[in-house]
Amino acid sequence: MDIEAALSDYIRSQVLKRPKYELGTDDPLISSGLIDSFHLVDLALFIEETFGVRIDDTELNAETFDTLSELTKLVRQRGG
Amino acid sequence: MIKSANYTRVGAKDRRSKMDIAAYETLTQAVQRQAAETPERTALIVLGETGEEFEISAGEFHRQASQYAWALAGAGIGAEDLVILVLRHSPELLFAFWGALYLGTIGSIFPFLTDRLDPEIYLERVRELVIHARARAVITYPEFEPRLKSLLAGADCQVMSVADVIQASGQPSAAQSWQSFSAEKIAFLQHSSGTTGLQKGVALSHRSVLNQIRAYSRAIELNSQDVIVSWLPLYHDMGLIAGFVMPLVAGVPLVLMSPFKWVVDPKTLLWAIHQWRGTLCWLPNFAYNHMARVIRQPDLKGLDLSSMRAFINCSEPVYLHSHAVFASKLALHGVKSEMLSTCYAMAENTFAVTQNPVGAPARTDWVSLRELQEQRRAVAVEPGAPGSTAMVSCGFPIDGTQVRIVDEGGEILPERRVGEIALRSDCMLSGYYRRPELTEEAIRSGWYFTGDMGYLAEGELFVTGRKKDLIIVGGKNIYPQDLEAIASQISGVVPGRCAAFGLYDAELGSEKIVMVCEVDEAGLAAQGYKSLELELRKRVVQQSEVALSDVRLVSRRWLLKTSSGKVARSVNRDKYLREFGQEDDIEVE
Repeated sequence: MDIEAALSDYIRSQVLKRPKYELGTDDPLISSGLIDSFHLVDLALFIEETFGVRIDDTELNAETFDTLSELTKLVRQRGG
Repeated sequence: MIKSANYTRVGAKDRRSKMDIAAYETLTQAVQRQAAETPERTALIVLGETGEEFEISAGEFHRQASQYAWALAGAGIGAEDLVILVLRHSPELLFAFWGALYLGTIGSIFPFLTDRLDPEIYLERVRELVIHARARAVITYPEFEPRLKSLLAGADCQVMSVADVIQASGQPSAAQSWQSFSAEKIAFLQHSSGTTGLQKGVALSHRSVLNQIRAYSRAIELNSQDVIVSWLPLYHDMGLIAGFVMPLVAGVPLVLMSPFKWVVDPKTLLWAIHQWRGTLCWLPNFAYNHMARVIRQPDLKGLDLSSMRAFINCSEPVYLHSHAVFASKLALHGVKSEMLSTCYAMAENTFAVTQNPVGAPARTDWVSLRELQEQRRAVAVEPGAPGSTAMVSCGFPIDGTQVRIVDEGGEILPERRVGEIALRSDCMLSGYYRRPELTEEAIRSGWYFTGDMGYLAEGELFVTGRKKDLIIVGGKNIYPQDLEAIASQISGVVPGRCAAFGLYDAELGSEKIVMVCEVDEAGLAAQGYKSLELELRKRVVQQSEVALSDVRLVSRRWLLKTSSGKVARSVNRDKYLREFGQEDDIEVE
């Protein structure tokens, strides 16, 4: 499955609990609070389990990634 | 400070305190005496965010705190002056807080800047607190010093940085002794967060805090073999009292880690318990869910938590499910159901009001949900019966604290009738700092009206909800009016036509925040729904401690008002659930 689609699915269904939410690839995720700090940890676990890509605790912030496209790029760069 | 290289395992040497709390009249006496009698004893172990460990002895703590007292005195700050601490969760914060106490000033810890808050808005909040509470000093880091100095240019308040403190002339020695005060003297203030919380500084006397420590130590059978492990922030009563002041005064070693580190990597708390043979740990309800959900089984290999006497669930509503998922995740690592204890607490009573007897699981009371909601009665039914709900006991009132349940007219209600929880004690607040009118409103005939709803059964307290529209997220009190005020400032949102409320989320074990705002047609057309929604979410994150879980922008006159013309939060919460809860895109679990 396409990385971006899988991440988008996960965020909409598991974090926002709104599968039909229109999540744009450049919508801010962390700086907008769409993903709060608890769910950020869940997201990192999902990425590790699904793509085998590790995102360190210290990277769970808007500087590392803040949008779906930035997150997809990060996962791809690390071999996901 | 001793770096971890010199670390000595706690318990390896016999240097425990004698737990002689009864002898003291002030908090400062207790710590000074320990510094004089057992200076080498380990008082604190602070774990830094990047893995560094600091072991701080009773003597070293006293020396470092004295340095802060010295620096404050040198800057002309004196007894009764209010000192605001704008510092990270770090040894400096602990020393500065105690230094303020030594000097007889009134210390108050301001929640530190997080990476989501807007620094400019954050410092403006500090300024507001300084002005309205008439603080005489702020202790912060060099990087905030210039901006705060310019913001406070007109105020009679000194901005000091930790660098100034270290350079202050006169090196206090271990023998430095600070004068004693009356037991009635205000020791420190506790604030809850947000604009509303900052208006209400809970002022506590030395006597109240010591009475709390004595009574609560008995309730949890605190003893010289205990080791407390905590990740709780210190601007909140649970962290400040259970996770700092009580262990320090009672001479029980405290292992303290960062709340930010815990959130992203909660297994570090469990490994700290393992490493230091921890016996007591206080946690808000969501923490049980968080640890059960995000800690991976392989990361627990070899973990042993059998040293624990109790994990004490406190500061937000307690759920049976949260205890169950936590216990099941950690059963193989020594967690037993009798370790899962509960407590009901608030800053206005210094900390604990009730406590479940440690060593026995908190009692579960199965009651009829319908009777509870409609008749405000807790009618006991068979466990798990259809239409029942499990209420978890918060235990019995601690010594010196009386609890009663009252109706709207203030009449005492019998057992198993739901009403407002009122309390009277020897560890209550002296008042809200410089707000006599708020004090008068909250304390009537010696009884503090908590705003929480609950019932008593066989002497045990069960908390059912709240009278006020307060939202509790992850143990933090959030005032909906603060969030509504933020939303009202956004162009396109109709000012004053917003409602924020909490909804319980079983997966998180805490409340999530929903906001419904009326928007005007022109504003919506100009910005678009999505960008307005993101703008609202962003502003809330930058200006408060929380993120919104759901946002709905609605047309004018969607929100229902009370007869007095106010937006009624609970009524609109029900309307939200009716209108959007049934939508096929919301999963109702």
